[in-house]
Amino acid sequence: MTLVFYILSAITVAGALAAVTLRNTVHCALAVSVAFAGLALLFLSLDAQFAGFAQILVYVGAVAILVVFAILLTRSSDESQRGVFSNTWIAGLVIAAAIFAVIGWAVLRSIPMLPQSAPAPAVTVQQIGTALVGRYVLPLEIVALLLTAALIGAVIVAMHEKEGAK
Amino acid sequence: MTPLTGYLLVAALLFAIGLAGALTRRNAILVLIGIELMLNAANLNLIAFWRYGPHPEALTGMMFAIFSIAVAAAEAAVGLGLVISIHRHLKTVDLDEMNRMKG
Repeated sequence: MTLVFYILSAITVAGALAAVTLRNTVHCALAVSVAFAGLALLFLSLDAQFAGFAQILVYVGAVAILVVFAILLTRSSDESQRGVFSNTWIAGLVIAAAIFAVIGWAVLRSIPMLPQSAPAPAVTVQQIGTALVGRYVLPLEIVALLLTAALIGAVIVAMHEKEGAK
Repeated sequence: MTPLTGYLLVAALLFAIGLAGALTRRNAILVLIGIELMLNAANLNLIAFWRYGPHPEALTGMMFAIFSIAVAAAEAAVGLGLVISIHRHLKTVDLDEMNRMKG
């Protein structure tokens, strides 16, 4: 456990907490991009360079911007009249705390079975590329199809309907 | 505490935070943000097990995380498109007011 790990996890958890508790939705979007960037740095500290940079490109670059656009498009003035939390927030909080307690208990109980430490894996981006077009070529094609379908679907769903269409 | 345990606990905490956000927030976009946080916590678990697992050169956990990132991006695009479409019909993104399926 190094100091870097503690700093990165503190940044990530603080960003996530701010994202789910702040009142202003734009602040929430900014906080969640901090959490995504912290996760990318955690990936880098786990020697997963490709996944870390993919995380930065996809989440900090694309998903955060998309969330900001959606928030600005759907903003209305009567946001804070009824509070930002739903009527059943106590039940949700209890469920989340119970899930965290169960997962944490399972992790702490399994410490003797977990590996103590491992040498850093020497994996190059070339190896990842070879694996993507070799062993994992079918999932790659399916993901390409899925992304195309999602692109078309998102455009169709969000597109303006014609006046006489309904 | 081993390094792997630390990463697993951080991932569990992130998952719980995301779940709490998805279950307690009123704004549909913030519910989607909570779901994204949960997906990211799962990715952190996958990468951590890949790093400390017995065969990191097989790249299994890494590939799973990369495909998971791609699927999460597609999910975010479609989800936010749906939220914008619902906002156009109902003039709200408050989930407690979305109580009918007929538009």
